[in-house]
Amino acid sequence: MTCTEFLSKLTDYFDDHLEADLIADVKAHVKKCSHCEVVMDTTRKTISIYRENELYEFPDALRDRLHAAIMKKCSKSN
Amino acid sequence: MALVARAKQGDTAAFEQLVRQYERQIFRVAQHITQNREDAEDIAQEAFLKAYGKLDQFQGNSKFSTWLVRIAVNESLMRLRKRKTSRTVSMDEDVQTEDGAIPRDFAEWRPNPEQLYGKNELGEILRKTIQGLPPGFRTVFTLRDVENLSTEETAEALGLSVPAVKSRLLRARLQLRERLSRYFHQTSGGSKS
Repeated sequence: MTCTEFLSKLTDYFDDHLEADLIADVKAHVKKCSHCEVVMDTTRKTISIYRENELYEFPDALRDRLHAAIMKKCSKSN
Repeated sequence: MALVARAKQGDTAAFEQLVRQYERQIFRVAQHITQNREDAEDIAQEAFLKAYGKLDQFQGNSKFSTWLVRIAVNESLMRLRKRKTSRTVSMDEDVQTEDGAIPRDFAEWRPNPEQLYGKNELGEILRKTIQGLPPGFRTVFTLRDVENLSTEETAEALGLSVPAVKSRLLRARLQLRERLSRYFHQTSGGSKS
């Protein structure tokens, strides 16, 4: 497997959508290619850091205001 | 689905329950795409209003949440197009002009970013970084990786093919990785041999 082929399989690898032989190929590639090993590790960290950190707060006051505004608009449209 | 069926029959309380269930997600999607809080509030209101008006058109072929997200995404992209800026909004232009599939930074992130930065500082970095992503890539990343929609649901919400979502997702992830590397890669000694 080349580095380009590795990259093309990365999304399916993370999603667990690869056939067993391709999973083995990906694992074998990162074992011998330290650049792709870093790319895999830091891409995985990129995903998890965005998943775990809520970037935008949604405080109760905002939720209440938004909720009231939505329901008001919808009731007017009736 | 019972709630949606009731809402379709005109049960306002059932619709309000749906609003309660999804308002946070819709607001978050809109804020991620537009990067603007007031716009996100307007968009969330418009999206639910449109959904309310079009409830009879919802056939139940997809999840209600995916249908709702699709409305919110369209509203958000429309809002971006209206802004008087020179930045591109078209997803296709993003793909043509951004070469995001070639990794250039190969330094490890050690220690972990959470150890390197405080919560506020880290949040600032993550916001700044995702803001710099072309809107089309940001949208795919948001739906797939932040909101945890499946690739198929993301494709449906964006009106894209599954291969197009996969390709944009890879580019989005790699571009974010590259940009975050400026902050997170190890600075002292010993690159991996």
